[in-house]
Amino acid sequence: MARKLNLRIWRGDATDGGLKDVQVDVNEGEVVLDVIHRVQATQMGDLAVRWNCKAGKCGSCSMEINGKPRLACMTQVASFDEDETITVTPLRAFPVIKDLVTDVSFNYKKAMEIPAYEHPKELAPGEARMEQVDVERSQEFRKCIECFLCQNTCHVIRDHEENKKSFAGPRFFIRIAELDMHPLDKLKNRKRTAQEEHGLGMCNITKCCTEVCPEHIKITDNAIIPMKERVVDIKYDPARMFAGLLKREKRN
Amino acid sequence: MSGVFSPTRAKIKERTLRTDKWWLEPAITFGVLFSFVIYATFRAFEGANYYKDHLISPFYSPCLSQACVPEATLFGWTPVSAEIFNFALSPALIILIFPLGFRMTCYYYRKAYYRSFWLSPPACAVAEPHTKYTGETRAPLIFQNAHRWFFYAGLVFNVFLTYDAIISFKNVDGQWGHMSLGSLVLLVSSTLLWMYSLSCHTCRHTVGGRLKHFSKHPVRYKLWTLVSALNHKHQQFAWFSLAAVAFADIYVRQVATGAWTNFYFF
Repeated sequence: MARKLNLRIWRGDATDGGLKDVQVDVNEGEVVLDVIHRVQATQMGDLAVRWNCKAGKCGSCSMEINGKPRLACMTQVASFDEDETITVTPLRAFPVIKDLVTDVSFNYKKAMEIPAYEHPKELAPGEARMEQVDVERSQEFRKCIECFLCQNTCHVIRDHEENKKSFAGPRFFIRIAELDMHPLDKLKNRKRTAQEEHGLGMCNITKCCTEVCPEHIKITDNAIIPMKERVVDIKYDPARMFAGLLKREKRN
Repeated sequence: MSGVFSPTRAKIKERTLRTDKWWLEPAITFGVLFSFVIYATFRAFEGANYYKDHLISPFYSPCLSQACVPEATLFGWTPVSAEIFNFALSPALIILIFPLGFRMTCYYYRKAYYRSFWLSPPACAVAEPHTKYTGETRAPLIFQNAHRWFFYAGLVFNVFLTYDAIISFKNVDGQWGHMSLGSLVLLVSSTLLWMYSLSCHTCRHTVGGRLKHFSKHPVRYKLWTLVSALNHKHQQFAWFSLAAVAFADIYVRQVATGAWTNFYFF
């Protein structure tokens, strides 16, 4: 049975904008994206909203719902109180294009900066063999749907625009971790470049990326912290420093 | 104007539009950690009431100062002077840097205090008040990378505190085979400290996380899976062990001052 829902939608573009109140019908079992579509069909024909699969797998309908970065297609209206006004805004870490649509091209630029997998020269295509146990860790990261909610919520760039040039963000730290943990990847210096070029050291482990991930990837525990530890291995580990000193002593 | 108020972003004047009680968790964390810091500082400087009848406070163990009560020392070994520049040094001040450093650089506590003390950020999608941010790339926060050093030191401390718990299974006359409420308190405290250390992210990395080929190192892979299981509970172990250590110190202090009597089960 339909009921009325109070919705506040951000309308505008890069020059100006604000929250507009609307009242819209909502049916049992509907998600926020459904009611946005109803508003678009009945009251705001020019409302811009990006969406595609409506199944939580394409990552297109990322937005902020009552201030929290979420997928509109996976947010049940029933998860809010019936008399609650639901506020919907575009992602607040990226430049707005129109209404609920933002320009997320920052992420594609960062993706291009991550060095690709380097295959061992001695193995021809098709000859590579890996044990399941060796690839399980990386498979978790392959669940990423590139909704960029983690990038959006990360305060390093959300609250500091100037850091965008030197910080790849959590989505790309899982990409770096995936490659660094890959049993066959031959690229040297992935750890060092993660720290020195992609801004791994800027992350302060506050775990917001993990909190908002719709795929429940343990971004911080399984990718960022392991990468930070790998950086410690090559730069700050006391045991390795001591071993290095002994080696040098022997050589002399 | 920076961050969420940058010129190209959606014009929204609120720092956050969250409607839940996002401030509650950092407020509680702040309250608990701040209380602990105040209490620990008081105890570290007190320099007394840390030993009674085979019970030694974890804040004062190992007791390495010449100012230590003889029974509280580690096999009578007191390599550190009781005074530095004519300033009487509490035995706790010599050693507390190690457990303190371990917790300060712990990946879980970093999240906790960056959010609750430094508001960086106070909660997810809540704009932080700082205009600049460089994270852990320069001093002083680059020293967070010393976590591994403190982890190794923490393991050594756990051995001492476990030894203290074992020693507490003596009665007032020094005979073995007796158990008091104090023994139980020290045992729980040292066990939780082991769980906290073994569930640590550095431990997880050291036992196997750094490998690329788990299949070539089955024993280390097994260890990694075990530590990974513990690691899921690292936050809980962090809080429980902190509470247990604080309570162990309070218990020993109360017994040492005579306010409480150490109850013997047998």
